[in-house]
Amino acid sequence: MSEYSGPRQAREGDEKDPGAATLYWGRNGLSLALEDVPRVSVSTLRDTCVDLCSRGSRLVALCALPPLCNASDSPHAMEDRARDDQASAGRAHCERAQGTEILAVLADDAEGRLGFVRADVGAKRAYPALTPDLPQAQAFERELFESHGIRPLGHPWLKPLRRHAAVESPAPGSFSAGPRYPFLEVRGEGIHEVAVGPVHAGIIEPGHFRFQCHGERVLSLEIQHGYQHRGAEALLLQSSPARRLVIAESIAGDTAVGHATAYCTAMEALAEASLPFAAKMLRGIALELERLANHIGDLGALCGDVAYLAGASVFGRLRGNFLNMLMEISGNRHGRGLLMLGGVRAGFDASIREELLNRITKDEIEFKKMAVLMFNAPSVLARFEHTGIVKRETAQDLGLVGPVARAIGLARDVRHDHPTGLYRFAHIPVAESSSGDVMARAVIRWIEAQRSLLFVQERLRELTETAQGTEIGSYRAGRLVVSLVEGWRGEIAHVAMTDAHGELCGYKIVDPSFHNWFGLAMAVRGNEISDFPVCNKSFNLSYAGHDL
Amino acid sequence: MIRLFWKRLREGHQTSKKPVDALQLTRRFRGRPKLSPQLCEDECRGCAEVCPTEAISTSPLELDLGACLFCGACEEACPTGAIQLTHDHRLAVNRREDLVLSDRELPLAQALEARMLKIFGRSLQLRQVSAGGCSGCEAELAALGNVVFDLGRFGVQFVASPRHADGIVVTGPVTANMERALRETYAALPTPKIVIAVGACAISGGPFAGARASGDGIPQDIPVDLYLPGCPPHPLSIVDGILRLLGRYE
Repeated sequence: MSEYSGPRQAREGDEKDPGAATLYWGRNGLSLALEDVPRVSVSTLRDTCVDLCSRGSRLVALCALPPLCNASDSPHAMEDRARDDQASAGRAHCERAQGTEILAVLADDAEGRLGFVRADVGAKRAYPALTPDLPQAQAFERELFESHGIRPLGHPWLKPLRRHAAVESPAPGSFSAGPRYPFLEVRGEGIHEVAVGPVHAGIIEPGHFRFQCHGERVLSLEIQHGYQHRGAEALLLQSSPARRLVIAESIAGDTAVGHATAYCTAMEALAEASLPFAAKMLRGIALELERLANHIGDLGALCGDVAYLAGASVFGRLRGNFLNMLMEISGNRHGRGLLMLGGVRAGFDASIREELLNRITKDEIEFKKMAVLMFNAPSVLARFEHTGIVKRETAQDLGLVGPVARAIGLARDVRHDHPTGLYRFAHIPVAESSSGDVMARAVIRWIEAQRSLLFVQERLRELTETAQGTEIGSYRAGRLVVSLVEGWRGEIAHVAMTDAHGELCGYKIVDPSFHNWFGLAMAVRGNEISDFPVCNKSFNLSYAGHDL
Repeated sequence: MIRLFWKRLREGHQTSKKPVDALQLTRRFRGRPKLSPQLCEDECRGCAEVCPTEAISTSPLELDLGACLFCGACEEACPTGAIQLTHDHRLAVNRREDLVLSDRELPLAQALEARMLKIFGRSLQLRQVSAGGCSGCEAELAALGNVVFDLGRFGVQFVASPRHADGIVVTGPVTANMERALRETYAALPTPKIVIAVGACAISGGPFAGARASGDGIPQDIPVDLYLPGCPPHPLSIVDGILRLLGRYE
């Protein structure tokens, strides 16, 4: 960690960003004392967020701080109580829901730093919503209301985020949405409604889509989530360390390495542990293999949706090859079990390296040949181009992340802007496109896959030692950390906090899908409903990652 | 077009051999655990302590494959080699209790009874219901349709409606928000019908057992015909299980 001189405290009257005086500036993956996060008034927090986001920063997370972080009550004590009688599980939830402090984390991508600020919303548990001036806060504020009963006053569309009827005990003051939630409805001659889900026709996760159409044209799409809500954050807090890791790996199964990396980085930062370099290397290689498998799989699925079956077959097969490479490293096709706190579980030797290098070289050639054919096929281009366009302003307003944002010229990439681990030593150029349509999102995947192929080969050649782990020791008390990882879908954020005893007392997970689902709803507006599958696949968002 | 034709020619035949070849399983693949309780040292609970899903009980040593995530932590923790993960991908069984491993052999799944086999033996249409699945199991089920595993060649297909289906394949711990949809999908299947549970979540809740907003797998009152443990199970394990259920190994 020596190349960082430590987080910089913003100075009073900082010329460059005057609003920043109220923030604590930290870095991705470095812990800070919770006490150092300035406690400001709600209106100052609001103004700071709106001001900084109007100048290129982004909202990474907006969440409630658990009151337990400051009290002497540890989650273990809470867990013991929860075992006493069944009803107390609900009570423990409500106790946590009684916190009145909110924490905002902003990312300043240009400077590579994260801004932290908190505010007390008071006993009334209400505050003026950020969303009217900062649309990217919309889902975070719905979550605050639904899970913690903190009411964002003036939120333009305070509808359920995850919870349906009879799920958990809703936080006091928040709603328990019934099955009769009124979807946005368009009325008029020739208007019809199409309802899809929760169980879909293919092999995918559940969610409900409500289209308002005029003929073939989609006027509006509303997406109802929550079918996948398992209660992952609460479960993670109560669980043993071994269980926590497998929960992190199961937040979104196609991003097992990404979420496990975010979790491990956060916990290692709380313990201020440093990792052997070989372990960082193997984590980075696994993350890129995961990206390759998913990007190539997505290209195949996009081909399948426009009936270009040669592409669907070849990319589908190549995707499997990259999953099998992950298995070669970790013993599981999705890289489960590879990471552990303090390093990686699997060793690495020269024979695996040679084997992987041989396979990658072969697959790279096949991938490139097929991609060239695909991107020259008129039947593919006709369906991809000018379909599902997201405007740059929309993407900016909604705070979109990952390939979806890069497809409209928002060059956001955690690997480049907020590098940790391997990416501090080895760089990947950020892929960018500008048209914001399905074509652009496909091209981004194609470029990123090529760069990851090159990156993985270079790193494999450098990797000689057997990677392993170290003991990370105990967590420091009263600390806070945000760990960002660029998963294949975009920015994964994990926020972790310890209480006065050094026990984990708060955990917030933000999957890239949480930012991007609204982007999909905007992308299909004005398109034909028959183009929905290809739009959807070009986003390929996670239901479980959103619902947690 | 001619280039596409050449590409197709060069692709050749990529499908794995029948019934299934285990060629793709590398030496690192973590498959069926093998228990040797006689090697256990007295009072040693090393494996049970590191298990993330509390799948292991000691004295006598037993491992519940229904909760097992095949993470290999027990194998690492065991000082005497009483638990070893083999490369064997065959894991499917018919009954929940068969999944509890001790020192006996895993009783692999038997074929459906004759009447059912007559109906489904040569053509089985399935509907997939994800009920809180993280998309790991879903991804492996979707992979069954690719050119390598190509489940369609055995007459097994995934269809778009429960009305067209002979059975459902359930993944995920069955969240509170999905329970109704799962029950309605099951009810919409014409009888006779079969249920296949794929993955630790659907069998026992897996990593999410005890979570506040989800159940511990498929509700007890929905009868399951085939259990496929794993997190997620390898596509070859799924192919193997379904072919056993259809009596293709006799």
